[in-house]
Amino acid sequence: MDDAILAEEEAMLEDMRSRVSGFEKERGNLIPILQMIQGRHAYLPPEAMDLAAEHLNIPVCEVYGVATFYNQFRFHPPGRHPIKVCLGTACHVKAGDIILENFERKLGITDGETTPDKEFSIERVACVGCCALAPVAVISETVHGKMAPSKVEGLLLRIQIEKEKAERERESGKREGEK
Amino acid sequence: MKTEELFNAIRQEAERQRNEFVESPAPKIHIGMATCGIASGAVETRHAFEQALAERHIEARIHTVGCIGHCYAEPVVIIDHPESGFPPIFYHEVTAGKAKMLTKLFLEGGDPRFEHVYGATVENEMIPSVMEFPRFNEEKRVIMEKCGHIDPEDIYDYIAEDGYATLVRAFQLTPEDVVKEVADSGLRGRGGAGFPTGRKWDMARRGGSGEKIVICNADEGDPGAYMDRTLLESNPHQMIEGMILCAYAVGAHRALVYVRAEYPLAVKLVTKAIQQAESLELLGKDILRSGFDLKIEVFQGSGAFVCGEETALIESIEGKRGMPRFRPPYPVEKGLHGQPTVINNVKTLASVPPILKNGADWYRRIGTEKSPGTAIFSVVGDVVHPGLVEIPMGVSLRTLIFDICGGVPNKKAFKSVQIGGPSGGCLPSAFLDTPIDFDSLTQAGAMMGSGGMVVMDEDTCMVDVSRYFIDFTQKESCGKCTFCRIGTPHMLRILDRITQGEGREGDLEQLEQLSRDIKEGSLCGLGKTAPNPVITSLRYFREEYEAHVNEKRCPGKMCRPLTAFYIDLEKCARGCDACVGCCPVDAIFTTSTRKKGIDQSLCVKCGECVVACPPQYDAVEKVSPPKLAPVVERSAK
Repeated sequence: MDDAILAEEEAMLEDMRSRVSGFEKERGNLIPILQMIQGRHAYLPPEAMDLAAEHLNIPVCEVYGVATFYNQFRFHPPGRHPIKVCLGTACHVKAGDIILENFERKLGITDGETTPDKEFSIERVACVGCCALAPVAVISETVHGKMAPSKVEGLLLRIQIEKEKAERERESGKREGEK
Repeated sequence: MKTEELFNAIRQEAERQRNEFVESPAPKIHIGMATCGIASGAVETRHAFEQALAERHIEARIHTVGCIGHCYAEPVVIIDHPESGFPPIFYHEVTAGKAKMLTKLFLEGGDPRFEHVYGATVENEMIPSVMEFPRFNEEKRVIMEKCGHIDPEDIYDYIAEDGYATLVRAFQLTPEDVVKEVADSGLRGRGGAGFPTGRKWDMARRGGSGEKIVICNADEGDPGAYMDRTLLESNPHQMIEGMILCAYAVGAHRALVYVRAEYPLAVKLVTKAIQQAESLELLGKDILRSGFDLKIEVFQGSGAFVCGEETALIESIEGKRGMPRFRPPYPVEKGLHGQPTVINNVKTLASVPPILKNGADWYRRIGTEKSPGTAIFSVVGDVVHPGLVEIPMGVSLRTLIFDICGGVPNKKAFKSVQIGGPSGGCLPSAFLDTPIDFDSLTQAGAMMGSGGMVVMDEDTCMVDVSRYFIDFTQKESCGKCTFCRIGTPHMLRILDRITQGEGREGDLEQLEQLSRDIKEGSLCGLGKTAPNPVITSLRYFREEYEAHVNEKRCPGKMCRPLTAFYIDLEKCARGCDACVGCCPVDAIFTTSTRKKGIDQSLCVKCGECVVACPPQYDAVEKVSPPKLAPVVERSAK
């Protein structure tokens, strides 16, 4: 298991290295580099910061300074089903914070964290631009409009059921294959 | 004349494609597929149409268009079925099931299902036209004219609607003439501050040597405003055309579109639009053989509200933290990499092609004398018809909120409207007759800002709304100026205290003092306007603050520590368990009389039980302060 994780990390580092070297060594490319890495790997590991600093020949602290300034960048891997709860003005007026609390309570994590099994992560976002559907939550890529606290459990349950179903199918597929 | 001939060839091709589409006898289905449409399920609707058409062997053309701005009605579908004899019909909230039903009954059977029809898109004798609704006919569309009618991914669709035609005219004029036309139109920057665009361009045109740069500011960070995104997703070419005109007028050969990375669809569509324009030689080297070069690139902003400020935006493009610089020098003198830089909002740039097409006088006749033209607002919150509305300047707030957007739903009373997002202010009903233009709104204490407009009904707590905006600005403060960096969190602490029922005497005065100091001690627009929501709500809703501080009571019953829910035992029905099942924290118990009670120590005040309680009982009550809730004993088992 550990070997698999190490191999995965090594592959990730290799991918980052080869792509970062494609950028011109200009300070203006710092944000595009970070965006590219996050776009491919969903977060910025410490190695990414070192790589960017080395490539652009600037101190690592500058890279951290920029990366932590912008809301887009995250430093922990998100869950397989990232949950974004919108807390824009319209969602706030329609009690988006209660939706956020309900997700936090049901999953036992707080805003910005990932569940230990890496299935879910919760994030609050400023506005997803669907104000007419407020309050809104985004799970993976799907936007769920007109949310209610009582819908939270159902949504999570559905993901759970789908996962179990997929596992069962994989199992039976394996058995079929063995036959 | 070479330019004109070249363009005419492109236009003929566009018209040929358009005519082929329009004249084909097959029914046409126009589906709105911008972000809000997709969020409401437009992708499923489209699949359902495709599937149903294939199953029934019906030949029809599906035309994906952008957003028409009617968010309350999404997913919006317009079906043009000439053979049925009906005019093109506008359907709203077309779910996948409705799509299948319409395919079967209307496209196959010829019955438009009147109960689902919203209106016809043209005047006719059979179906009332949507233009008879105030939501449609009070609008005046200049910037959003083509949104929702053309496919944003097809440049020919835009050209067939007279797109890019102003380039030919502009290239025949001198750059000075283009600047003069824009200056004469009186166009003011639509980013919020309202600086005259003509004057900015003139300064840039005269401004020093060096390589000039045009930047389109699409870093829309205001929570609650999304018109820039909609424009880029529905009609990116109009903005690009405006950028070419701007670059030609000021003499720039490089341009950047600064879009938020949170708008992936907008990034994708703008990038595609630029490529298409390049392939038709409307962009790139020697545009239409006029000798004018322009290269447009896309830069993805990483989500910092302060980057909407032009000098912070420049810092961010240079790869630094987005912290505003001192002005002067203004970006038109020394901007990106020290070069003269013109930064305009998406809406400003998209206003330019119609001005050049119809002339400055035409534009001057729209709107008011000092603020000509139209404004786009995203009206959201407690209104019946939320969405994007483009109105001529000078229309009153009352017309916008009550006539166009249908007023406040659920028979509730209007309380306040928040205009301009975190930099704007909350106006009470006494200001409903204020005309909407740059100067009147600023005078009333709000501002045009980004154009976000949140309508709030009587159940909204103004203190909590102010707290929300201060929370937002203190998070987004870049940290350069001490007053903004330390002052806004301090304001937040006071407001937190007040909304939790721990307000003290002197808190309101301190808020006022801090607001003044932050305004004076900050460099950029973020800090200078951050206290606005607090200042205006303190001015117009002071009694609400006082109720929080002195009586520990929230008049809007929104601040959760100051409210409580209880179940009226007179009204509660025995044996009904609706509220018990819905409670996310199991705070509702059954008493010895089988009626229900709420355990206040467990209750999180989400309000689900109010929704769950059947209307014939309507037994759940919400009170503030919480001590008004009667104590109900659990049954002794």
